[in-house]
Amino acid sequence: MADTFYDVMRRQGISRRSFLKFCSLTATSLGLGPAFVPQIVHAMETKPRTPVIWLHGLECTCCTESFIRSAHPLVSDVVLSMISLDYDDTIMAAAGHQAEAILEQTIEKYDGQFVLACEGNPPLNEDGMYCFQGGIPYLEKLKKMADHAAHIIAWGSCASWGCVQAAKPNPTQAVPIHKVLNKPVIKVPGCPPIPEVMTGIVTYLLTFGLPELDRQGRPKMFYSQRIHDKCYRRPHFDAGQFVEKFDDEGARKGYCLYKVGCKGPTTYNACSTTRWNEAVSFPIGSGHGCIGCSEDAFWDKGSFYDRVTDIQPQIESTADRVGGTLAAVTGAAVVAHAAASAIKRARDTKGAKTTEKGGA
Amino acid sequence: MASARSEALRETIPLDGSPERRIEGLVDHAKMRAVYVYEAPVRLWHWVTVLAMIALAVTGYLIGKPLSSVGGEASEHYVMGYVRMIHFISGYVFAIGFLGRIYWHIVGNRWSRQLFMPSLFSGKFWGGLVHQLKFYLFLTDEPRAYVAHNPLANLAMFLMFALVGLFMIFTGFALYSEGLGIDSWAGRMFGWVIPLLGQSQDVHSYHRLGMWIMVMFAIIHIYMAFREDILSKQGIVSSMVNGYRYFKD
Ligand code: HEM
Ligand code: HEM
Ligand code: SF4
Repeated sequence: MADTFYDVMRRQGISRRSFLKFCSLTATSLGLGPAFVPQIVHAMETKPRTPVIWLHGLECTCCTESFIRSAHPLVSDVVLSMISLDYDDTIMAAAGHQAEAILEQTIEKYDGQFVLACEGNPPLNEDGMYCFQGGIPYLEKLKKMADHAAHIIAWGSCASWGCVQAAKPNPTQAVPIHKVLNKPVIKVPGCPPIPEVMTGIVTYLLTFGLPELDRQGRPKMFYSQRIHDKCYRRPHFDAGQFVEKFDDEGARKGYCLYKVGCKGPTTYNACSTTRWNEAVSFPIGSGHGCIGCSEDAFWDKGSFYDRVTDIQPQIESTADRVGGTLAAVTGAAVVAHAAASAIKRARDTKGAKTTEKGGA
Repeated sequence: MASARSEALRETIPLDGSPERRIEGLVDHAKMRAVYVYEAPVRLWHWVTVLAMIALAVTGYLIGKPLSSVGGEASEHYVMGYVRMIHFISGYVFAIGFLGRIYWHIVGNRWSRQLFMPSLFSGKFWGGLVHQLKFYLFLTDEPRAYVAHNPLANLAMFLMFALVGLFMIFTGFALYSEGLGIDSWAGRMFGWVIPLLGQSQDVHSYHRLGMWIMVMFAIIHIYMAFREDILSKQGIVSSMVNGYRYFKD
């Protein structure tokens, strides 16, 4: 019989006490009540351990970096003991053919049962040659593993949306993984995603199965609200108290960063609730607006420091510049037309007077 | 003199059963006719929409580019909150009015159907449109009379008001749903608009661009209403006030 999660953890030297602590921490981070703790404990004790295979396409490894820094060391220990054993280019011990063999073995042993976590994305240009691993394009590797996986996670904005390598002009034609796979993908966007969110989702997936997703495939428990909805500077927003420029009086008073381009109102993520680095802070807490890193194509939306940003990708100009110009031209045209009409009328009435009967 | 114009008039004014009356001795035009074009609900809707749109455009502009900061405690002020609240209330007024106008399209008179259903498939419509363009470009001196909208005005209203207005309602309520939550009624009904247009920031940009298109429409529309009133031989502005269009024959 296959080992349960609990068996594996015990073998990794994790005590029963730590295990129970982990279960309650997980329940909390998932927003579940204390009643769910025994359920998690039970699942961990009885469910056979499912392997997690962690693939890397075009990326910067910030997702892995984030993941292994999960705030509570216990959480990362436990979660790592559940997953790192199998395959993750960056942190596994095996290398070369030995490593690639693990993939084959996993497919053989756990066909249709393992979780495929994908960091980065496949480039399509030049038959995928821009990301080549173990003698095959990453695209092929990804598709093959996805065919046999039970669940597929898209880590970070690369796998979820494309991120920087897919930003205009996207020379390698990098695409988010859901574009090349015909299976549902759980998107965990962010550059990187929040570590507690990552471990939370893995744990939920392994213990309860698929979490509830929103329209775009993001787990609702972490991505159903915007930064703005839970931002501690929100009272200043509603009051109309803004940082007009960095280092002004408003900035010192901790006013809302909307006018210096905060993308909190258009960004779905959990930063304003979970925060970062053991909940020490998050960008807005440090006085800088949110740049919207968990949103689709955030690199291509114009300035990080304006709220009214460029309409992308077709028009590299803001709605106000385009629309304001059009409206001004319209106004000028109306004035010119009115003037021309008045002149014409003056001339026509003069003409009508001389011919007496001409007017209509 | 009475040739082309009155022919066009005869073509476009149904002299059959439609409510029409002669006005004798008004001003010094002995033969002035009036047609009841815009029924009361259409007129009411028009002016309610005008007010809502002014509020929407002003507050909308300020949502993207807010007023200067106020001082003091946050708890003492609600400037941005009120700006947004006025926007949302006017948004509801605009949207509910729009629905009401669609209802009146079904039950109203024949001219109430022009706004949402211009006769795009009739040759006469396009011929009239070309003529109207020529007229405004001073390429022809012969004005044509229409009971309701001339084809050019009709097309502009359809594209820049009806379609853009619908777009504003969909994008507006999609943005509104972000505040209410994705499981709210607005989230379920309009949430899909956001991924369709990209992401939330794109929806903001397009919603804002929509405002400018409507501002352009309003500039042209108001100019044309007064211009026609002064220059043409038919009363225009009055038609949105008391419903009657006068033809000074
Ligand atoms: C004629 C119609 C409308 C005009 C001209 C208009 C104009 C605008 C403008 C210019 C913005 C600012 C966009 C930005 O820069 O972020 C805005 C935002 C918004 N509008 Fe409208 N709008 C209209 C209709 C509506 C409707 C029908 C609703 C539905 C309730 C609505 C809801 C919103 C919301 C929720 C926002 C975002 C507010 C925020 O981010 O705080 N709008 N609108
Ligand atoms: C925000 C500003 C405005 C908007 C969005 C607007 C919108 C509209 C729309 C959609 C119609 C078509 C009505 C229908 O077919 O049911 C219309 C007709 C009309 N509006 Fe406005 N309107 C605005 C301002 C004004 C103003 C300020 C005036 C007064 C001078 C005016 C006078 C008229 C007249 C006379 C008509 C009938 C025009 C015709 O038969 O061709 N409108 N307007
Ligand atoms: S700082 Fe950003 S997220 Fe916070 S209230 Fe202001 S705009 Fe919203």
